[in-house]
Amino acid sequence: MRYVPHTESERLQMLDVIGVSDLEQLFADVPEHSRFPELALAEPLSELELARHMRTLAEHNQHTGDKLCFLGAGAYQHFVPATVDEVLRRGEFYTAYTPYQAEASQGMLQAMFEYQTMICRLTGMDVATASHYDGSTALAEAVRMALHAGGRSRNRVIVSPAVNPRYREVVHSYLQGTVAELVGEQTSIRATADNLHNLSALVDDQTAALVIQSPNFLGQFENVAGLADAVHAAGALLIVVADPVALGRFQSPGAYGADVVVADGQPLGIPLSFGGPYLGVFAARRKHVHHLPGRLVGETVDADGRRGYVLTLAAREQHVRRARATSNICTNAGLMALAAATYMATLGATGLREVAQLCYHKSHYAAQQIAGIPGLRINPQAPDKAFFKEFAVSLPQPVATVNRILADEFGVLGGYDLAQLNPEFEGHMLLAVTEMHSKSDIDRLVQGLRVATA
Amino acid sequence: MSDQNNDVSNTRAGAVDERTIYELSIPGRRGCEMPPCDVPETEFPQALLRDESGLPEVSELDVVRHFVRLSQRNFGVDTGFYPLGSCTMKYNPKICEASARLEGFTGTHPLQPEHTVQGNLELMFKLQQWLQEIGGFAAVSLQPTAGAQGELTALLMMRAYFRDRGETGRTQVLIPDSAHGTNPASTTMAGFEALEIPSDEHGNVDLAALRAACDDSVAGLMLTNPNTLGLFEAQLEEVIACVHGCGGLVYGDGANMNALTGIACPGALGVDLMHFNLHKTFGTPHGGGGPGSGPLGASAALADYLPGPVVQRVAGDEGDGTSYALFSPARSIGRMSTYFGSFGVFVRAYAYILHHGAEGLRANAEHAVLNANYLRSRLRDVLPLPFERTCMHEFVLEGRIEGSDVRALDISKRLLDFGIHPPITYFPLIVPEALMIEPTETESKQTLDNFVEVMEVIAREAGNNPELLHAAPHNTVVGRLDEVRAARQLKLSESS
Repeated sequence: MRYVPHTESERLQMLDVIGVSDLEQLFADVPEHSRFPELALAEPLSELELARHMRTLAEHNQHTGDKLCFLGAGAYQHFVPATVDEVLRRGEFYTAYTPYQAEASQGMLQAMFEYQTMICRLTGMDVATASHYDGSTALAEAVRMALHAGGRSRNRVIVSPAVNPRYREVVHSYLQGTVAELVGEQTSIRATADNLHNLSALVDDQTAALVIQSPNFLGQFENVAGLADAVHAAGALLIVVADPVALGRFQSPGAYGADVVVADGQPLGIPLSFGGPYLGVFAARRKHVHHLPGRLVGETVDADGRRGYVLTLAAREQHVRRARATSNICTNAGLMALAAATYMATLGATGLREVAQLCYHKSHYAAQQIAGIPGLRINPQAPDKAFFKEFAVSLPQPVATVNRILADEFGVLGGYDLAQLNPEFEGHMLLAVTEMHSKSDIDRLVQGLRVATA
Repeated sequence: MSDQNNDVSNTRAGAVDERTIYELSIPGRRGCEMPPCDVPETEFPQALLRDESGLPEVSELDVVRHFVRLSQRNFGVDTGFYPLGSCTMKYNPKICEASARLEGFTGTHPLQPEHTVQGNLELMFKLQQWLQEIGGFAAVSLQPTAGAQGELTALLMMRAYFRDRGETGRTQVLIPDSAHGTNPASTTMAGFEALEIPSDEHGNVDLAALRAACDDSVAGLMLTNPNTLGLFEAQLEEVIACVHGCGGLVYGDGANMNALTGIACPGALGVDLMHFNLHKTFGTPHGGGGPGSGPLGASAALADYLPGPVVQRVAGDEGDGTSYALFSPARSIGRMSTYFGSFGVFVRAYAYILHHGAEGLRANAEHAVLNANYLRSRLRDVLPLPFERTCMHEFVLEGRIEGSDVRALDISKRLLDFGIHPPITYFPLIVPEALMIEPTETESKQTLDNFVEVMEVIAREAGNNPELLHAAPHNTVVGRLDEVRAARQLKLSESS
């Protein structure tokens, strides 16, 4: 299919204006031996054929439309109100570029300003960026910012082993070109899950930041009492990885002294979509504003005093400061931030609170039912710690075997096999239960687990 | 308001100031209610609760009207001509959008067992293969989430590659002065030092300067080709040979691949690593700033360093229909995003490539170049053209008019009054008053002719009514905004 609108006669007229006789003459600068390669691609399909092909390919997947899914571990199935996609489908938004031309981009700029406001309030922070790629890269940028703030003498970053291991991997990737050292990875996740304060004891005068996640990777709230004070006393920053849905009902990291809060905004109205595109949420205390990575939208006025919005503090950014920029980020996740803004506006304070409460009640109901199955234990690593919507279950059989039975006999995509990330957790699955799961859905999971482990 | 005879602006629809979502908020109003809890409730840990999350309280209609009105205060390719140089603001078939919204894709969790996501893995595998073929590379990883992240990834791979060869003295990365700011910024992030290479009088890399810089302290060159002047690097093979000659690697910034798809394979020309901007060249709109996707192609020598996981075909069926599986390259630099990158963008790019086929992709590149050269040929009589050469998909003009104090920014802002998005202004840095124009292949001759006429009108206005341009735009929902005030009296969120 050709999307070029040119007719043959138009093409000839245009070539004539240029002063060449055919299209190929426009490519004389390309080395002749490499010009116009024969590309071995698939034969093109018409729109009708393509639509059919794409549908067939999509149906080669098992998905939440035909299976119950209890996977979490960083990506969650939540309800998305119809308003979200309605807004995302506005061509004025999604076919626009980054809003450099403020007068023609007031819509996106105002939406980002509102997004920044909502994120600040939800996290308890003063400033929020207009988005990063995903939660893991937001964390990597937060760690880089903390290393910068710490100056030359602080080259260590302590990352709790109970932080999403994939986030830790991405932070590690980002720091490869620096002298910074990641600490805390060797600590047992079990020990950490039980007592975070062992980690804060590692914070010293060479430490730039302590990174924790709460609810942590296993779904449990960390005991943060006194943590920020301990970190700050050593002159370091506290970076918290949060779940934005939990923040609808549970205390904000700002309230317990965090300096930077990052999150994946996927639970805020963004589909699972096999892991992306997601939304990197990044919020911080005001004193860091000149060192933030990424775009910021600010309010201002025009010559007539009309309120308007612009990208601001560009002097931090790559297109102005080049090699000395705070980050190389250019394209971000603007449309995903728009989805999150629409989601948060639609749900509102009460709606998000209800979602958080339903996650809490339903996951606890599921945990209680599963605890009644002989041989299965809930959160054996720290049975007394509170959890939000995810919990670990130890099984008498390998997780893969149990999941096979759940899928084949009960239509259930079971929990995440924690042994894939840490051999400490052989035979443990991580289950996520959200507002999407009705009582009968949960009962089906419980019945499946009972049969599979009998 | 001034002369509005030529007002074809669509931005007027949202002319009335739109209150913020917080200004619309009324305590107690609801937009969406959750169903009642159907399981026995569990007591909350009281100490961990908060009472206020600070989100606004509005109705569903409030939300819809608010965001629809905001959309009317925004300009996209779907609204009008958007010749924003270096950004490839072309029209993308809507079937790509529809495909990415299929529940079979959107409803898959990234941690599902491989045998349950064979459709996704097949799509990713084929997209990897097609990008390899289009770029002339041995392997592709889809992980990087944007062009800049592709750059960073490639530089980290270079670092690992030289470490394994014991060549740790390679600390410099050469970057032409016409490069995007992301190149030097990525270089610093990867722990290298950026060294700028000047351009010559034809807009090419200055070969003498490049030769002088190439020694065993050089890790590589980051080369945007066609460069940001829209010019194909005329001595490309010499440039690449020069860098390879000193043991360095050549990184291709694929931002301008829309000019080369089906025209030349960068890998075949000697480029060792290159990112593709799926959100420029392959069917994904820019989303008002993102999401993007920046898959990275690598030569055989570097393929093992690509970020994982990537998808491979498995030899034998394991009895459960598994034909594709994830694996991590042997010497991978590690993960660059939480899961696999921007899968939803992969779906769009896959659909785009399959819709066009090899011939269609080549035709797109040819017509992108045709449109750019047509505009260049017509506009050289209106504004100064610094480089008299056949351009590729874009070209740069100088936004100044003899005998007038009108600047490039004035011209750009005035274009908004005619319902045309301005070109990139003041970039590349090496051209004074730069206006970088990229029409793309999907625009018709009529649209281009109209653009030329508007530019002629503006050039006349610059002569006889420069104030009109200094004060532009006049027909947008706000006038020129006070950026200094925005930075000095910082207001980055609404006060409570």
